[in-house]
Amino acid sequence: MANSVLFDTPGPIARARHRTYTVIASVLLVGALGYVVYRLQDSGQFAYALWEPFVTPRYFQAIMKAWGDTLSMAVLSVLGALVFGVIFGVGKLSDRSVFRGIAWLVVEFFRAVPVIMLMIFAFYAIFNGMSISRGAYWSVVLALTVYNGAVLAEVFRAGINALPTGQGEAAYAIGMRKTQVMRIILLPQAVKVMIPAIISQMVVALKDTSLILIVFPIGLTKIPKQLPQTFNNVVPTTLVIAALYIITNLALTWVANQAQRRFVGEKEMLQVSMVGDAGHKQSATTL
Amino acid sequence: MDAVIENLPDILKAFGYTIALFLVSGVLSLVGGTILVAMRVGPIPVLAKAGAFYVNLVRNTPLLMVFFFFTFAGPRIGIKFNFVDVHIGTFDFTAFYAGAIVALSVYTSTFVCEALRSGVNAVPMGQAEAARAIGLPFGGVMAQVVLPQAFRASVPPVASALIALLKNTSVAAVFGVLEATAQMKIMTNNNADERWGIFFAFAIGYVVLVELVSLVAASFERRWRIA
Repeated sequence: MANSVLFDTPGPIARARHRTYTVIASVLLVGALGYVVYRLQDSGQFAYALWEPFVTPRYFQAIMKAWGDTLSMAVLSVLGALVFGVIFGVGKLSDRSVFRGIAWLVVEFFRAVPVIMLMIFAFYAIFNGMSISRGAYWSVVLALTVYNGAVLAEVFRAGINALPTGQGEAAYAIGMRKTQVMRIILLPQAVKVMIPAIISQMVVALKDTSLILIVFPIGLTKIPKQLPQTFNNVVPTTLVIAALYIITNLALTWVANQAQRRFVGEKEMLQVSMVGDAGHKQSATTL
Repeated sequence: MDAVIENLPDILKAFGYTIALFLVSGVLSLVGGTILVAMRVGPIPVLAKAGAFYVNLVRNTPLLMVFFFFTFAGPRIGIKFNFVDVHIGTFDFTAFYAGAIVALSVYTSTFVCEALRSGVNAVPMGQAEAARAIGLPFGGVMAQVVLPQAFRASVPPVASALIALLKNTSVAAVFGVLEATAQMKIMTNNNADERWGIFFAFAIGYVVLVELVSLVAASFERRWRIA
């Protein structure tokens, strides 16, 4: 912690003071943790019967299947979002003001509307012909495709703008056309820079798959909705399912960081902010 | 559009709940985020590690699961909001509402924390070193050199976090708060032939609110910018 802009390397007096603070903080943290465990114990949440379903093969398989649904919805929607993002990202960079205008409108609209509203709308107005669970599945995929696609369109545009201008200029200089410059020179480089951002967008998509609960329980979120009805174990179920989400997301974040190191190097991950000009990079966390 | 016009008072009231959710949990998130970031960037390693652990834990949990915890799991282990029963005009704020505010604040404060931290990280080391080299005391280094720059750099990411919060208030619809998205779901169910009109009416409401927040943020960013 020595290299911080906030404070100098501590001397002997400051170190002694920090030791005191460390002891106090540790005691408080352990106390808080102990209190949480006490509350759980006091309300009988550690009883084996409440945790048994998670090691019962039948329920374990159901949880794994739900987990697979969640994962496949997230993967499908990010793949769709990639296509959507490239199309509207290129649209926003177009020389024709009509294309720019349409792309801007679509991207801004889907970035500003809550995902859960898109899901309700898709479920009742678009996929109402299918069976309920299939309709719910595709509502999630569609809603997350357009939302994450709008975010990726901005990431894509930032990726193109972050390339050295010499790349495009050199391509024009050797006589390439506009589409060739985009397709052969700019797009491949931008996508490479985008790969980590795309993977970390999967974390967002994975978390948002849970929102379909408002119309129909599908994916991991259906477990805390349904399992406690039989076993009356809402606290253990919530903790286990939350842990599954967290582990999956941490694994994805790790993969994104590896990809960042491999494809991009030490530079910061591409991210876009909701305000200000998207041209300059901000390290806002994607939400 | 008949259904939209007929139900306009209900729609406006629903958006009123959305705005109230946003304002209350926005303020709480800013406070919580500031406390968390103080832990994370402070000189006490134990607090920094605990802060990082907590932030990563909450940030990777779906907001819906946070809601689930405070609405269904919480009451089993003694986390209850039954004491909340406030009535302002025609608006009723009950236990559901309080649970929603707590869930939203717990979730958003971790994102605010990361936004503020990115602002601190944006200040180059040389700034603090130069400030110390010309003999400024600790308070001077902080108050006149480091924090003003960190604060300016964190305005756009904090605004992003707050806009995300505004959209996330819609999750409260799943847990019994009659805000805009819940109202939309009810109307979509009751008026099968007007789904497109209803969707666009509510979507425009959200777009207006989001643009409003981002305009305010952009104007703050401009006002605090150094020439």
